[in-house]
Amino acid sequence: MGEPEKVQTLDERQNWYWKKNIKFISGLLVIWFLVGLGGGVLFAVPLNEVPFFGVTLSFWIGHQGAILVFVLLILSYAIRMDKLDREYYEKKLEK
Amino acid sequence: MSVEVITIIMVLFTFALYTGIGWFSRVKDTSSFYVAGQNVPTVANGAAIAADWMSAASFISMAGLVAFLGYDGTIYLMGWTGGYVLLALLLAPYLRKFGKFTVPDFIGDRFYSNSARTVAAIATIFISITYISGQMRGVGIVFSRYLQVDIIVGVLIGMAIVGFFALLGGMKGITWTQATQYFVIIIAFLIPAVAISLQLTGNPVPQLALTSSDIVERLSTIQVDLGMTEYMAPFTNLSMLNVFMIALALMAGTAGLPHVIVRFYTVKNVRAARWSAVWAIIFIALLYLTAPAVGAFAKYNLISTIADQPLEEVQDIEWVSKWETTGLLQFNDLNGDGIINFSEGSADNEVIIDKDIMVLSTPEVANLAPFIIALVATGGLAAALSTASGLLITMSSAVSHDIYYRIFNKEASEKQRLRVGRLSLLVALLVAAYVGINPPGFAGEVVALAFGLGAASLFPVILLGIFDKRMNKEGAIAGILTGLIFTLVTISLILSRTIFGTEEAIIDSFFGINAQGVGVVGMILNFIVSFIVSRNTPEPPIEIQQLIENVRAPEMDDNLEAAATKESE
Repeated sequence: MGEPEKVQTLDERQNWYWKKNIKFISGLLVIWFLVGLGGGVLFAVPLNEVPFFGVTLSFWIGHQGAILVFVLLILSYAIRMDKLDREYYEKKLEK
Repeated sequence: MSVEVITIIMVLFTFALYTGIGWFSRVKDTSSFYVAGQNVPTVANGAAIAADWMSAASFISMAGLVAFLGYDGTIYLMGWTGGYVLLALLLAPYLRKFGKFTVPDFIGDRFYSNSARTVAAIATIFISITYISGQMRGVGIVFSRYLQVDIIVGVLIGMAIVGFFALLGGMKGITWTQATQYFVIIIAFLIPAVAISLQLTGNPVPQLALTSSDIVERLSTIQVDLGMTEYMAPFTNLSMLNVFMIALALMAGTAGLPHVIVRFYTVKNVRAARWSAVWAIIFIALLYLTAPAVGAFAKYNLISTIADQPLEEVQDIEWVSKWETTGLLQFNDLNGDGIINFSEGSADNEVIIDKDIMVLSTPEVANLAPFIIALVATGGLAAALSTASGLLITMSSAVSHDIYYRIFNKEASEKQRLRVGRLSLLVALLVAAYVGINPPGFAGEVVALAFGLGAASLFPVILLGIFDKRMNKEGAIAGILTGLIFTLVTISLILSRTIFGTEEAIIDSFFGINAQGVGVVGMILNFIVSFIVSRNTPEPPIEIQQLIENVRAPEMDDNLEAAATKESE
């Protein structure tokens, strides 16, 4: 058994799976940045003028809101990847 | 019964519980010793990750830090949870798929280099020791106040318990013990929070009371009246640049924490790794959404109890005098008027308070039942011990697996490796006990260094190892070294007063970025250097490229596969 000479690259379906995965992650990370470092830091001064119940909007994002969004991001990743896994096997079936 | 007696009973009870669980899930082979045989249920693993990840810093220190930083305390709240997002989305599922034991193992194999493996192992050991010293300080504080024993005795008791079940149970024992500890931690954190929330705002849900009541507004006003910064306003304690950089450094540093990453190897497949991450963030968020409320309530209570009050009356309060004897709370009547002037940050301030006592003293300040005070002490210990045991396993596997087995003795048998693993765990335990008894004078700086170095070294290499197929040995090593050296040098220059004992800091900051945030610059340099070097050196060998291709392919799931085949038949 010799060393393989060429890398066995992903087939069409696997490629589709990986691209979808990257797309999900990128989308989630954009939200991660905009809410956390955006709402909590970069836009904190203007958002501090916006009232939110007893506090200001940026205070809430910085202390609680961003954390809630982070939970939702990780949850939606797990759910969407489960769905993607199923779709992958369904595609395999079609072949 | 006094608070001390109740505390001793509760601590003994929980220690017996942890030890019993460690005993029942003890293991005999190396795979279970390091990664729990990969058969731990998702929810239990999630709770264990949460307990492992939430250290004494999260339980004891964080709410106190937030109480004194106000808005800018978001660096910890958002920094630590935001880093968890990076870990869950970018690292955990793929590292699980690679199926390596440890972080240095991944780095060594992916970059086909024992130098890379060694650098990663040393970084792992350094980060772990730094962390343990923090946990031991937490244990020391709790014991010295609530058990009224000497800090040395306290640390030794703690180390004996951690060592006992870590040696016996390995990772599997630890996983179940940590899952139990999570529930102790969260109950101990929530019960006093609910009680104080009810007392101050009439709302029993502290997480909601923070925003729905006017408590933050009131606190902001009182603080301004006393000459402190406005609690709700951003960037009063740190500049916007620093809040941004520190939050980012804590995020990347957290994502690269080796003892948390290793947790994701204890699940049975990639799907379970994703769902463990979900459970863990839910468990973590429960505490992290409560901490800012506890911080604000505690600060409010503290100010109303001591600010502008007669010094003698305050010193007669029981909790005040007990904390004064530990030296963590001090009064200094500068103007000699007998009235306490509490104005943190100004020259007339007469109160020196260690932020670590905020959470622990909160139930006493609010006059809650002795049972609750004991509960908080027990929770603080659970947080410190659960993290310390995870760190010990990580440290011993870096020595026995990554350095001894992979580099020095490739023929080592299971038994030999297990023996070296236990031996290095014992050594790590002694080092940790020593650090706990003689904490370095610059503990805070060392922690900044650990996160900064994690962000500047481990995080970029792991990320590039997964997502950049073209990344090779030369690029990774050049990147790690650039990140490490830059961050190490810059932090030492900024903190030269405590590190080298110079009169003045050699540089004040790196273009306005302080020591805690400078790891981000190291991280960016790491990314740039490794990219340039890798593109100008040979591509990685064919089997490594194949390895990365395989990680990108979806996992073979027996159930889905079987269903698909069945239908097609």
